[in-house]
Parts: sequence; C-alpha cells; structure tokens
Amino acid sequence: MVNEKPSEENQLMDQESDNLMANLEQAIADLEQQPYCLRLYIAGTTPRSTRALQRIKSICETYLQGRYELEVIDVYQSSEQMHLDNIVAIPTLIKQLPLPLQRMVGDLSDTEKVLFGLDIVPK
Amino acid sequence: MPLVIFIIQLNNTSKSRNVQLPKCPTGIQGLDEITGGGLPKGRPTLVCGSAGCGKTLLGMEFLVRGATEYGEPGVFISFEETVEELTQNVTSLGWDLEQLVAEKKLAIDCLYIEPSEIQETGEYDLEGIFIRIGYAIDSIGAKRVVLDTIEVLFSGLSNTGIVRAELRRLFRWLKTKGVTAIITGERGDNSLTRQGIEEYVSDCVIRLDQRIYEELSTRRLQIFKYRGSQHGSNEYPFLIEENGISVLPITSIGLNHSVSSDRISCGIPRLDAMLGGQGYFRGSSVLVTGMAGTGKSTIAAAFAAATCQRGEKCLYLAFEEAPQQILRNMRSIGMDLEPYIQQELLQIQALRPTAHGLEVHLVQIHRSLSYFQPTTVIIDPISNLTLTGSPLQIKAFFMRLIDYLKSQQVTVLMNNLISGGSSLENTEIGISSLMDTWLEVRVIESNGERNRILQLIKSRGMEHSNQVREFRLTSQGIELVDVYLGQNKVLTGTARAIQELADKQASLRRQQQVANRRRELEQQRQVIQAQIATLQMQMEAEKTELDHLNQEESLEKAGFLQDQERIAQLRRAD
Repeated sequence: MVNEKPSEENQLMDQESDNLMANLEQAIADLEQQPYCLRLYIAGTTPRSTRALQRIKSICETYLQGRYELEVIDVYQSSEQMHLDNIVAIPTLIKQLPLPLQRMVGDLSDTEKVLFGLDIVPK
Repeated sequence: MPLVIFIIQLNNTSKSRNVQLPKCPTGIQGLDEITGGGLPKGRPTLVCGSAGCGKTLLGMEFLVRGATEYGEPGVFISFEETVEELTQNVTSLGWDLEQLVAEKKLAIDCLYIEPSEIQETGEYDLEGIFIRIGYAIDSIGAKRVVLDTIEVLFSGLSNTGIVRAELRRLFRWLKTKGVTAIITGERGDNSLTRQGIEEYVSDCVIRLDQRIYEELSTRRLQIFKYRGSQHGSNEYPFLIEENGISVLPITSIGLNHSVSSDRISCGIPRLDAMLGGQGYFRGSSVLVTGMAGTGKSTIAAAFAAATCQRGEKCLYLAFEEAPQQILRNMRSIGMDLEPYIQQELLQIQALRPTAHGLEVHLVQIHRSLSYFQPTTVIIDPISNLTLTGSPLQIKAFFMRLIDYLKSQQVTVLMNNLISGGSSLENTEIGISSLMDTWLEVRVIESNGERNRILQLIKSRGMEHSNQVREFRLTSQGIELVDVYLGQNKVLTGTARAIQELADKQASLRRQQQVANRRRELEQQRQVIQAQIATLQMQMEAEKTELDHLNQEESLEKAGFLQDQERIAQLRRAD
C-alpha cells in the first residue's frame, strides 16, 4: 500500500513522457512533411541570379521533393511585390512557410547555410 | 573668404571660367545664402552629424521646399523610420506629407533591414535599392532624392565589401540620373561619418553639430566642402523652429545698405526738438544708456507708442519685464499701449536672455522680423544678453543684428543698463561706436533727492542740441524741462524749483523796492509842487500888497497935491 502510490505516479509520469515523445516525433515527422512556400527574387538574367535559381531548384528537388512551391520574381518586372517584401539585396530568398519567416540574401552558394535557413535537417 | 578656398576654387573652375556651377536651391532659410544658391545640382551631398542634429529634418525640408516652392518632386528613402513615423514627425512643422504624396510631389519608401532575419548565403548586390529608388524617381519625375541614413546598411549586412562597392555604384548612378541628392550619415569618432562614406560623396559635405556652451546648446552648420563653388566656410548657427530649419548667415551681410533721410518722431516732442526738430533717422540705431531707474524703458515705450501712432509696426523685445508689467507701468505715466497690441501694431516678446544662446536669439529676432515686418525694434535691455556669451560673441552678435536691421531699414532702439560708477563714454558691450544716436539718461543726486537728466551724446547726421534737459516722468507723460543754469551751476528737481522761487522772490523784492522809491520820489515831487504853490501864492500876496502900496502911495501923492492946492487957496497965497 505504501509503495503503490509512488508507483502509480511513476506510471502516470511515464505515460506523460511517452505522450510527449510521441508528440515530438509526430511534430518532427510533420515538419518533414510540411509544405514549403518559397519566394526567390532575382534581377533578370545576371549570373548571380541564374546561379541562385539553379541552386534553390536543386536543393528543393533534393530535400523537398513534391512538397514545395517556389515563386520566382524578377524585380525588373514586378517592383510592387518587391516593396511589400522590402527587398534590398538581390538575390533574396524568402521562406514564407513553414514559419518562422526567414530571409536569405546571396546566390545561395553556401548550401549549409541555406539548409539551416530552410530548417532542413540534412540526411 | 579664406585664400585657400579661393585657390581650390580656381583650380576646379579653370575649365569653365566664370560659369557658375548649376545649383539647386534648398529653400531652407539662410542655407542658400551661404552656399551661394543651393546644393550642387544633379550631384549628391553628404549631410553628416551626431544624433539629434537635424539631419533627417534638413533632408525632409529640402524635399518639401523643393516640392512646394520650386516645383521639383522629391523622393525620400528612409532606412530607419517608417512612413507613418516620418509623417508624424514633421506634422508639427506644418508639412503635410500625405497630401504631397497624394499630389505626386513626394514619394517615400522605407527600406529597413533586420539583421536577425537575414542570412547571407553567398554573393549578392543591392540592386533592390537601385530599382526601388529608380521606381520612386520615375513614378513622380523626381529631381531630388534624400537617403536617410544609408549607413544602416552596414549594420544590417555583414559583407561590408559588397556594401561599399554598391554604395559607390549607387552614388555614381544617382549622378547619372541627374537628381540632386542628400545623403545623411552618422558622425564617426575620427571621421565625418561612421563608415567613411564621405569618400564616395565628394561634391559637397555639410556638417551639422550640436554644442553646449555654458549650459546653452546651439546647433551649428558648416559647409565642410563644396567642390567647384564658393561658399561660406564658417560655422553657422541654425535653429529648428516651428516652420523648419533656419540657418543664420553671420558674415554674409555687408555694409552697403541703402540709407534713408526720412525722419521719425521719437515720441517725446521736446526730444524731437533736441534732435534737430524732427526726431531720429529712419533705419538708424539708437542707444539709450543709463543706470537703473533712469527711465530708459519709458523712452523706449514712448518711441513704440509714436511708431504705432503713425500706423507702423513695432517689435518690443523685453528681456527683463513681462508684457503685462510693461503695459501697467506705462499706464502709470499716462501711456496706454494696450490698443496698439489689439490693433496688432505692437508686439511685445518677453523672453529670458538665458533661455537661448546668442545665436538662437539672433535667429529668433530674424524670424520675428521677417514674420512681423516691423519698422521699429526695441530691445530692452541689451545688457542682460551679456550673460549669455563672451564679450567677443556679444559684440559680433550686435554688429550682425544692427547691420541686419539697417539693411532692412528698421529703426532700432536699444536700452543699455550701465553700472553705477563707470565712466559715461563706455558702454559695457562696447557697441556705442555702432550706434547712430546715443541718449544718456543720468541721475543727479543732491539735496536728498534724485533727479533725472537727459542729454544727447551723439546723433550722427543731424544738428542736435548740446543742452542738458531735466527728464521728468509725470502721470501726464514724459516732460523735458530746462534745467536751472546760472552762477556756474546746474540745478534740477526741487533745488531747481527752490532756486527758481528764490529768483522770483528776489525779483519781486526788487520790483517792490523800485515801486517804493518811485512812490517816495513822487511824494517828494508833490511836496515840492505844494511848496511852489505856496510860494507863488505868497508871491501873489506880496505883489498885491505892493500894488496896494503903490496905489496908496499915488493916491496919497495926489491927495497931498490937492491938499496943498487947497491950502494954498485957503492962504490965498500968491
């Protein structure tokens, strides 16, 4: 009788932690399955812009196949959108989903940083 | 103008001799004067200074004035503040940015960079800025651009190499766009700007500064560099006022103002008479010196009243008394200034001399002058301003002020309180040489009373009285009375009255003496005449008696003869 109570509590706690673990695993799994919404700003066909476009495409194909949406905006064509996203540097990649919002400037040549910025855990 | 600048200017303009660099007027009060017409047209200008100097405001005023006064639309690119913040900040200056934006005279774009949100993943450029500025310029056909503060880019982006290269490209690009640009920059420790962007903007550099001297803060502006143009090289004080920035050019005023020979009354008829019968010259400067309580303010108020009576405007700068106090005090001598205030002919501005530095005072006086347009200005007293600066500064201050007033044909009357015991010919500020007319009010203390006397020490360009007058303040107004002169002494007040009374009595006594003497003589004459009459009567009487005697004698003689004849007859003498 005396020992029973703590053991019950232990059981409860074990259950709770199990649940938590399950939730976390589920969350990670969800994250891995979350759709990505990306927007890339480029300036025409400058080498830097083309390079950035190629890089993001290959990263998406490698890590986010089938669950990403990539919008490419040419700043020469659409300056309105550029104001809304407050673009200063070109090229700029914005990760709109999943949250949090993240901006990356540059031609995306530093793949490690890009993956980190996109919350993609390299496999 | 220093020689160095002259030489630099020669080198720069040797190709296009005598052709002035095209300039873009800023519309900022005073700035165009010291830059000789404005900022270099179609080129970028760097405005640098520490926080709170008014850099953003200068940029904004440049655009607002351009849009409203010169028909040049402008673009404001803010790297720090949002559109709402900018709009709110300048609303108090009476600038409606929303209206200007709606009228397509102004475009505002905010480029903010949040370092925490940004990952740098390789090479990039700042084409985004170019496109956005270009878009803003093209959308309203802008001629003016302000970038405030572009150095923020350095804190937002870690690759300073890229930022520097892009800034260099940006400034060059702005030149090709043909826009006149202002780029603001935060002041660095050892350089003009924290990031040294003065390297890229080399056409014109304006430095703003805020300094504190004896607890009084003054903002200053200096044209640090102006390639291809002559410019004032001094530090000029400036003010942020209700309607924007106001820069005060100190040395740009020459001595070639036109001179009027028109005369205006000083408000005291007897004093007008002393001043050649017509009063002060219009546009002249009048100094009234005297110790405390000699009636300087009253002379000033009389001048103010006379100005308003002519229907002209008078600005009264009171550094000692509150307006209501002045009005009350003047009422006590029968001078009511209240109606003039209601008619907006008289404006009394009371402020503490220590409220601002001298420069700020000067700027404010300038502003009041251009706003109120008075024909006379009264400063009562100037002596208190000495508290706010060094003697050199004060002298320069008055020199500039008087010069400016003269150039505007404004008559100025200044009161100067001098400490007792100092020599008369020495004003504390040493400005008497700048003045055209100098009145001295002195107090003579004798026989247990103080009396005011007034004299003209100088009055340029007119025949003026050399006489000392007693200056009396009565409930009917100001009176100038002749002093008692005579027997090697000058008497005033009661002593004068006593002396005058004594004189009167003496003359009365003399008159009485004369009358007495006259009476005596008359009496004497009458006595003599009476005597003459008596004698004459006596003479008459004697004459009558004599006649009688003669008659008797002749009768007797005749009787004797008759008698003898009769006797002879009787005797029958033969």
